[in-house]
Amino acid sequence: MTAMLEVSGLIKRFGPITAVDGISFHMERGEVLGFLGPNGAGKSTTMKMITGFLRPDAGSITVCNYDVVADPLSAKRSLGYLPEGAPLYPDMTPRQILKFISEIRALKGAACEAAVERAINAVHIAEVLDQPIETLSKGFKRRVGLAQAILHDPPVLVLDEPTDGLDPNQKFDVRSLIQSMAPDKAIIISTHILEEVDAVCNRAMIIDQGRVVADGTPRELQAQSPYHNAVSIRVSAATADAARRDLAACSFVASVEQRGSEAGSVHFIVLAEGRTPILNEVGALAHGADWEVDQLYVEPSRLDDVFRAITTGEIAERRS
Amino acid sequence: MIRSTWSIMKREFAGYFATPLAYVFIVIFLLATGIFTFYIGNFFDRGQADLQSFFSFHPWLFLFLIPAISMRLWAEERRGGTIELLMTLPVPLASAVLGKFLAAWAFTAIALALTFPIWITVNILGSPDNGVIIAGYIGSLFMSGSYLAIGACISATTKNQVIAFVVSVAVCFLFLVSGLPIVLDVFRSWTPPFFTDLLASFSFLTQFNGIVDGVITAKSVVFFASLIIVWLVANAMVVELKKAN
Repeated sequence: MTAMLEVSGLIKRFGPITAVDGISFHMERGEVLGFLGPNGAGKSTTMKMITGFLRPDAGSITVCNYDVVADPLSAKRSLGYLPEGAPLYPDMTPRQILKFISEIRALKGAACEAAVERAINAVHIAEVLDQPIETLSKGFKRRVGLAQAILHDPPVLVLDEPTDGLDPNQKFDVRSLIQSMAPDKAIIISTHILEEVDAVCNRAMIIDQGRVVADGTPRELQAQSPYHNAVSIRVSAATADAARRDLAACSFVASVEQRGSEAGSVHFIVLAEGRTPILNEVGALAHGADWEVDQLYVEPSRLDDVFRAITTGEIAERRS
Repeated sequence: MIRSTWSIMKREFAGYFATPLAYVFIVIFLLATGIFTFYIGNFFDRGQADLQSFFSFHPWLFLFLIPAISMRLWAEERRGGTIELLMTLPVPLASAVLGKFLAAWAFTAIALALTFPIWITVNILGSPDNGVIIAGYIGSLFMSGSYLAIGACISATTKNQVIAFVVSVAVCFLFLVSGLPIVLDVFRSWTPPFFTDLLASFSFLTQFNGIVDGVITAKSVVFFASLIIVWLVANAMVVELKKAN
């Protein structure tokens, strides 16, 4: 299977700052890749280069086998792009913008009308079609931006923060839309909302200081969390000290963190040595000792923790 | 290329009429040409059936009105971020530059065409040489195109429309007066004659007056056309270099 998107050795400098420092990856049909990273990590810059807006200082990008630098028009025809902040012409209406884009994209007659119709229905903007963009809410603007990106049903979609400014229902709609388009496209989305990666992406990439620092399925990334397989336990205040001492002494426990106490009980997070499952061991220990346990469950590992740990260098430190 | 140029031109042209700008411009342009022609230009007292008094003010009128049309062309795209949308569509850069320029030029042409009552007036009052008047209109159109190309290029250098306007007026002014003694005298004493001649030949006034007088039309049209092309090429280069900032 040939790659829909091939990025290799991408470098972009702005004066003394290297915004993108050797990013390489490739994507195939059906992949939904979530770009994660702190602000200024190089996510948007990478997207701007993939879509042919910025010229890379080094490296190459091919979209559906078209080189973005050598054959930009063919590459751009295969791409749909929602730029950061969804910029649109403020004095035009969504209908005029979609018509303009479809003309530029060489959609004609019935095919044009069908494409516009499909895009309008996909993002639910029918009720604002004839209002100038400048009068629309942020959520509607974002959805019009999305509509123009998917108008020509491109094989590769690049969406810079597609759900920014949307309310929870609209977010859900956009995520469903992305998922429904996923099987026959390669889609990149950038986001700050890590739950979004869980919800729509089957691949996640963390970018920090212009480099790829993690790349895998969301589940694989979660497994890198310091809290992976950690156990959450809530015991009564009377037996808390004993529980803490006993747990800390166990070989399968890396460390014990206190999360706070309330109403006579204390909440501990028990980090697993080697991040292996320890729920049964902790359960057995709790059962054997006479702690008064209120709650005991496996802490769900969250991408937020991985993200923070990787982008602040915590994981590297722990490993060394 | 032709199709995308046409699409961009249409969008840009409609953009003028989406705001009051187009109407304000046309009204002011028509009022100003009327005042200049009939009062300051003494159209009636001259007692001649020609439009000299009408055309002779165009270089000065355009100096301030044309940059008002060109200032938004690229500065607005850069301010609003839509340049990123435009430049990631499958559109050759040349189409975008040309489409925007042609939209602004077509708009100017409409404003110019709406001065037709003056042409009718002069035909009722006397029997002017309509060939010279047509030449005058062609010259005026090409001169406005040159102003627009300069303004479009300068608009691409900034996000700020006011800066684009002021700088465009300044640059256009230099082109306008480069044939006048005020400029030529500065150079005459210490540069070879061919240089001052060259400088004088770049003057919009020199070229335009030649057209309005009904002489050397072809040469002057070629001059304005070349100037338009040079500034549009510069425009494309500026867009390419500065779009990311």
